[in-house]
Amino acid sequence: MDKELTAKLSLATQSAKILRASRRIVKARQLTLRLVGHLILASGSVTMMVPVLWLLSTAFKKSGQEWVFPPVWIPHPIWWRNYLEAMEVLPVPFHRYVVNTLIITVCATAGTGFSASLAAFSFARLRFKGRDVMFALVISTMMLPGVVTLIPTFLIFKTLGWLDTFLPLIVPYCFGWSAFSIFLLRQFFMTIPRDLDEAARMDGASNLRIYWSVVLPLAKPALATVIIFQVLWRWNEFMEPMIYLNTMKNYTLALALRTFQNVRSQRINYLMALSSIQVAPVVILFFATQRYFIQGITLTGMGGH
Amino acid sequence: MRVSIFRFKWHRGVLWRETVDGWLFILPWIMGFLVFTAGPMVASAVISMMNWEILLPPEWVGLANFVRMFRDPLFLTSLGNTVYYTFLGVPLYIIVSLLTALALNMRLRGMAIYRTIYFLPSLTPAVANALLWMWIFNPDFGLANLLLNRVGLPGQKWLFDPQLAKPCFIIMGLWGIGGQMVIFLAGLQGIPPELYEAARIDGANNWQSFWSITLPMLSPTIFFNLVIGIIGSFQVFTTAYIATQGGPQNATLFYVLYLYRNAFDYFKMGYASALAWALFVIVLILTLMQFGLARRLVYYEVKEG
Repeated sequence: MDKELTAKLSLATQSAKILRASRRIVKARQLTLRLVGHLILASGSVTMMVPVLWLLSTAFKKSGQEWVFPPVWIPHPIWWRNYLEAMEVLPVPFHRYVVNTLIITVCATAGTGFSASLAAFSFARLRFKGRDVMFALVISTMMLPGVVTLIPTFLIFKTLGWLDTFLPLIVPYCFGWSAFSIFLLRQFFMTIPRDLDEAARMDGASNLRIYWSVVLPLAKPALATVIIFQVLWRWNEFMEPMIYLNTMKNYTLALALRTFQNVRSQRINYLMALSSIQVAPVVILFFATQRYFIQGITLTGMGGH
Repeated sequence: MRVSIFRFKWHRGVLWRETVDGWLFILPWIMGFLVFTAGPMVASAVISMMNWEILLPPEWVGLANFVRMFRDPLFLTSLGNTVYYTFLGVPLYIIVSLLTALALNMRLRGMAIYRTIYFLPSLTPAVANALLWMWIFNPDFGLANLLLNRVGLPGQKWLFDPQLAKPCFIIMGLWGIGGQMVIFLAGLQGIPPELYEAARIDGANNWQSFWSITLPMLSPTIFFNLVIGIIGSFQVFTTAYIATQGGPQNATLFYVLYLYRNAFDYFKMGYASALAWALFVIVLILTLMQFGLARRLVYYEVKEG
């Protein structure tokens, strides 16, 4: 009897020990997995950061120290004045470029937001003949290389006298130029329950009203995604501004940076200083919104339909 | 009876209104499509049959521009360079951005920072980015040769070596995979977690569930990134325009760079338009081929209801 009890007890303590040990193993495994994950991501991060770190490092180097070999990562002294000197070298006050870029980015993004969401609403919520054909047309323009239409579009803007203005960089976006945005928004609108429209319609709401006060307020994640994408693209756009803008006072930030490459190719520290100013706002924007942004694309069921 | 007639009329009224509003709401897009896409496509086709040096009156030459293309060694070089870049680069970018997205989809602390870091290089301004890579690949004081020397290998000429210049461009592209990575991340987050749960109960390990769940569920996203990636890759321009200007020995003379030169440096609008149309046809064929393949390889989820 006693023996049996002790045997049972020892078995119980043993199994408890084993359980505890196995729990410890699971925990340890999770910990190692997490550590390995951090290790992989961190080493990848270092690799990805190399160009950006060099950009920052060069931005704070005194002239003459940019091309030292082997490379110096932490500049000595840390030369803040590059930022001021770089702005003085530019032929037009620096804030001019910031304002130009802002005007183009804001107008083009707002234009896309309105025209694309209106079209997307029509494709997702209204029933009419020819709708699906038109939507297929929208999708097919996504597969059209932009370069194909470049020359005639340039000639159109030239004839209109729009060269060296912001109009070629804004107006197309107000006409739903971005098929990607229409597609993304349409996919999202499809997921919003239709009953809401019907209820509003019963109350005598017009389609425009349903679009504006029923569907749009529910589509904030998708709208945010479209807006962020547009801001990132327009802010950094290089080829189009280069083709359409000729005078320095109309340049965007991205174009203004070329001044250093052409006139004073030695002043790479100035170039990097101003580049860091151009990069900062979009990096902050991405960091702050990445979760919603990725969610926004996920919710549209991108591809999986 | 009266009720049903009334309802019928109401129904017809709604349908009529939906048709009118439907077309009205996509009208901005239709106008944009006609003016900035369809019109320019037709115009581009017409211009491609002319000799037009912008300041002189155009002259009709029929298909001569297209015939000339096949005898133009620079056309063949630029096409070859672009095909090389696309066929080696795009699959590599798909694999790397998918693996990165898998890593960035783990549940770890500090993920927002990791995601921002991996996305950061695709936010660097074009001019700064080109010059950063010129520094990294500089034969005398660049980082790439420093690394080679550390492991006891001889330094290379990189962007100045016709053999290595294109591989350098492919390497540079690896730092710009942020956009594809974000789309993969969204795709990964769209996979229902129940699937993994079920697989685990069935005794599948991580490797098996990757092959039998992640990959098939992600195949539409892979397809999307592949199609868009190839179209984008055929239009590679900015870095080559700023960094190498097509050299050395035309090793980085990519298709759009050659097109741009014909249009905006030599003002041969006719020949440049012919190049644009040829690009369109090439990309269209490639896209159609991918759609053909996709019919067999891409798994589309059937949505109920």
